[in-house]
Amino acid sequence: MLTMILKRLSAAVPSLIGVVIVTFLLTRALPGDPAAYFAGPAATSEAIEQVRVKLGLDKPLYLQFGRYVGDLARGDFGNSLTTGQPVAQEIKTRLPASAELTLLGLIVSIAIAVPLGILAATRPNSIVDHCCRVISTAGVSLPVFFTGLLLLYVFYYRLGWAPAPLGRLDVFFSPPPHVTGFYLIDSAIAGNGELFLAALKQLILPALTLGIFSLAPIARMTRASMLAALSSDFVRTARASGLTPFTVTITYAFRNAMLPVITTLGMVFSFLLGANVLVEKVFAWPGIGSFAVEALIASDFAPLQGFVLTMAVMYVALNLMIDILYGVIDPRVRIEA
Amino acid sequence: MTNIVLTGERPASESGPFAALRHARYILGENAVTGFAFGLFLLIVIAALAGPYIVPYDPLASDTAAALKPPSLAHWCGTDQLGRDVLSRVIAATRLDFMIAVSSVALVFLLGGLAGVAAGFFGGWTDRVVGRIADTIMAFPLFVLAMGIVAALGNTVENIVLATAIVNFPLYARVARAEANVLREAGFVHAARLCGNGELRILLGQVLPNIMPIMVVQMSLTMGYAILNAAGLSFIGLGVRPPTAEWGIMVAEGAAFMVSGEWWIAFFPGAALMISVFCFNLLGDGLRDIVDPRRRT
Repeated sequence: MLTMILKRLSAAVPSLIGVVIVTFLLTRALPGDPAAYFAGPAATSEAIEQVRVKLGLDKPLYLQFGRYVGDLARGDFGNSLTTGQPVAQEIKTRLPASAELTLLGLIVSIAIAVPLGILAATRPNSIVDHCCRVISTAGVSLPVFFTGLLLLYVFYYRLGWAPAPLGRLDVFFSPPPHVTGFYLIDSAIAGNGELFLAALKQLILPALTLGIFSLAPIARMTRASMLAALSSDFVRTARASGLTPFTVTITYAFRNAMLPVITTLGMVFSFLLGANVLVEKVFAWPGIGSFAVEALIASDFAPLQGFVLTMAVMYVALNLMIDILYGVIDPRVRIEA
Repeated sequence: MTNIVLTGERPASESGPFAALRHARYILGENAVTGFAFGLFLLIVIAALAGPYIVPYDPLASDTAAALKPPSLAHWCGTDQLGRDVLSRVIAATRLDFMIAVSSVALVFLLGGLAGVAAGFFGGWTDRVVGRIADTIMAFPLFVLAMGIVAALGNTVENIVLATAIVNFPLYARVARAEANVLREAGFVHAARLCGNGELRILLGQVLPNIMPIMVVQMSLTMGYAILNAAGLSFIGLGVRPPTAEWGIMVAEGAAFMVSGEWWIAFFPGAALMISVFCFNLLGDGLRDIVDPRRRT
């Protein structure tokens, strides 16, 4: 098991190196003179020269790259042009908001997609099966920002069930004491039920939006791999032995059908992390996505670079976790490694 | 020297030139959804070509007296905050959105398709370089990478096209590589080599035409994603600038009015976006059934 984890870890290293090179190249691809860019629009030519020397832009490219890697290793992502604050600090405080939203979105989508896929596979060509097909095709066709706006219109403006889309908490509440940064968990730890409900209310619509968007690949894959598992010999044997349909479907078929579903989670995360940016903009969610969008509007590049890097590193780490999870579920993978 | 022309004809076309057509009609008859999607596709093409000539109002002309009016007989889809006709803007935007999607898909076909074919056909270091590039792109969440590229290269429509093409590169390269890898050992490739054709000539003249059907399916399947990606980028303020009519930016402009009840400003461009993506996804599935029935799910 340990050798497998180590092997996967070393396989993730080239991806990380590629990510660092690409984010470095992105800054060097900025139009015009990067020194003039980082010095701001009102800078004099001496100020630009100062910035050039300060940022090491007068040195050859490989030295610049070395410097960039050194800065990253010290956790220095540069400073924001507009606020002057270190980018790393800002990302650190905003990351829990994004992570909480993304994870809840994933939970919502798994909670809907997996049962739907199983039902569709056990009853091929039934109404549930057709529903599954329509929902999974429609789900990928819906622009995620459009779904969010529609949900807002129906549940906030029409029905008045959801609170105004103004961030993680209503203005009347103050955030729970910081433990994990996830308001749901922190308020539960603090034993504040009212606060928990308030945080949950703000989370439901954005999480549902993300869930609908990422539902399609999971439902499709669950259905396909369940169909394959249900027609296999061991399921026939289990049925012939007189086990209840529930035991056959869940214990025998589903446990074997889970592996391809977990593989698709990698792709689902790529979707989720990207869609997160759009959902955060729609719901004014104070996560790293809206941080990046604000920086984009102010053409402030350092925060955007930090954001792209953080997202990519998180994505590589998530893929690594999926790989390891794969080994936990399927002993054969462990033996091969 | 006699010219021996050996072309790699697909087995399907051996049974007469109309076989593929008959097969297509059979699939369309069998699958009404694909026929429906094809009809929608024609509508989108017509709107893209003739859009600016058939709109009832000038998509850029503002009329503050008629601002924020709900859908009515005069304005079927209502008017926005500047009194511009939403229906006219939605139709006029089709051309730009369609062009962005088509050109990014064409570009990624050139970049990814050729790189993938070369990787699969030559193997060796070509394969390793292309594979490494694809892996590096795949290490990013795709939309996030597209954001970074557009922000770095400059905020223009051309860069949206380029960014959408780059994030789709791995998909195309992989499909083309897998197909070319199989064809490398095909009889007609050996025959072409025996006739004295150069490797590059075999690649472009024999292998590439034979993976075209699969690549066309791939293009149609990624068209929807390309539209979504471009609209997402312009929704967060990248690429297309107001007052240009584009679906993503129109939804962004209408977003603020959604929570105060003026739903039509964001709804119609969003619905147009959804319908066109839906259409391309269905069409892609249908095309795949025609070209490669084995992958039908």
